[in-house]
Amino acid sequence: MRIFGFKLPNMTSLILWGLVWEILGRMEVSFFLPPLSSIFVTLADIYDSKAFVRALSETAVAFFGGLFYALVIGIPLGIFMGKNRFVDELFLPWVNMFMSAPLTALVPVLMVLFGFGLKSIIIVTTLFAIWIIILNTRAGVKQINRSLVDMANSFGANPIDAFIKIYFWAALPEIIGGIRIGFIRAVKGVIIGQLLISIVGFGSLFELYSSRFLMSHFWAIILVLFALAFTISELLAMLAKRFDYYASKRG
Amino acid sequence: MSDNVNAVSVKGIYKNYGDVEALRDMSLDFPKGQLTSLLGPSGCGKTTLLKIIAGLLQPNQGEVYVNGQIVSEPGPDRAFVFQDFALMPWASVLRNVAFGLELRKVAKSEREDIARKYIKEVGLDGFENSYPHELSGGMRQRVGLARALSVDSPVLLMDEPFSAVDEQTRRKFQEDLLQLVKEESKTFIFVTHSIEEAVYVSDQVAILLPRPSRVSEIIKPSSFKNKDVDSIRKDSEYLDTVEKIWKSLRSYVE
Ligand SMILES: Nc1ncnc2c1ncn2[C@@H]1O[C@H](COP(=O)(O)OP(=O)(O)OP(=O)(O)O)[C@@H](O)[C@H]1O
Ligand SMILES: [Mg+2]
Repeated sequence: MRIFGFKLPNMTSLILWGLVWEILGRMEVSFFLPPLSSIFVTLADIYDSKAFVRALSETAVAFFGGLFYALVIGIPLGIFMGKNRFVDELFLPWVNMFMSAPLTALVPVLMVLFGFGLKSIIIVTTLFAIWIIILNTRAGVKQINRSLVDMANSFGANPIDAFIKIYFWAALPEIIGGIRIGFIRAVKGVIIGQLLISIVGFGSLFELYSSRFLMSHFWAIILVLFALAFTISELLAMLAKRFDYYASKRG
Repeated sequence: MSDNVNAVSVKGIYKNYGDVEALRDMSLDFPKGQLTSLLGPSGCGKTTLLKIIAGLLQPNQGEVYVNGQIVSEPGPDRAFVFQDFALMPWASVLRNVAFGLELRKVAKSEREDIARKYIKEVGLDGFENSYPHELSGGMRQRVGLARALSVDSPVLLMDEPFSAVDEQTRRKFQEDLLQLVKEESKTFIFVTHSIEEAVYVSDQVAILLPRPSRVSEIIKPSSFKNKDVDSIRKDSEYLDTVEKIWKSLRSYVE
């Protein structure tokens, strides 16, 4: 953004919107919208409270747990699907279906199956993240240079070596791309999971604050979540950039 | 029935791709320590034959003998040089060259020592830590060659190894190849499109007919082999042989 010819740093417009928020808050337009400054004050108040720390750590566990399963299941499955026609035909319809399915609708079923706790939220997070990781990995393996595979075979590579030393690396740029989108979807998954199963993590805080009309508490949590999601996706974008050069140079 | 004169023999090879009959009753011997070229029009099945010898493809019928033994899979007795180099873009020159040994579970320090030696031999000294995308086409092909040499297989299979480099580099490579054949007691099987190249580098040129492919003729240029690299291209037998092959292939092109 430029003002009077000065180049402003990237996030400057956020300050402007923050200001608008502050003014609207002070004008008491709605009880729903407390001034931004009071939200920060609240945040400073609660960030080291037991409830907040617990919510944060439960969310982190669910997030990384879900992502972990999405990666260790998704990447090998994607590689297998890209390598093997039979495996591909077996799984692709399901992957495509879940990729576009409204997964939120599944959460109640999962709650019945796996209970109202962390386990269900981890599964929800995995379900949100895994499909795009599978599809991207598969696409990466599909475009692999056939002669790299021939090369490995001609030197007597066993299947595990070929898998780890050729297929995985050849598909890496696509895998990273998939992980990035998977991460963002995992953020959604973990939040939606917690909201619907509202006795764990931030879900329970949301429940608590909104039922008592503690709006600045409510907003403080939302700000934290947005900031976390944003930071994670930016970090991943930086990581993906480092692999882009190599994607364009391979082949 | 293979004897110790032939490093590789193929006998009665048939290969179909669905309805396409690529090879029909192909038999050919590759004498030990010599360079045999497979020469023929595009699509006649040269790559197919080479991959069958490498064990990368299975024939529908027929056998491949290496040192008198029937083979059906890749093995340490054969190494492949790929037309498109087949280098791993994520690995340095050193790791690429050592990769054949890595897959054969040779210890890291040992395989890197061997790789360094061959990197030097193909003239890539100082590029050990470069990546393939930082190299020219000719240099990449040298990496592929060094990788094949470093596993020290008695048989080298080369699929149009010089087709992706410019004419000057190509001539240089052909001279280097002649040198290599003299120095290493290896058997070379060399696929090419170019009549001149085949006659220049080969002890024996096998001319293949268009699909379904058989061997139509085997030509053994001999008298100019001991001349130095510069005078071969002016040698009259060299020129006559090129002319003769062109005459026999011409009818298929027309
Ligand atoms: N995977 C495949 N599936 C179907 N047909 C194939 C396949 N590979 C090769 N062929 C066919 O088999 C024939 C021989 O192919 P091959 O690649 O061996 O020819 P080539 O002599 O190496 O040709 P070039 O000189 O153009 O490289 C061709 O007609 C080709 O169309
Ligand atoms: Mg070919």
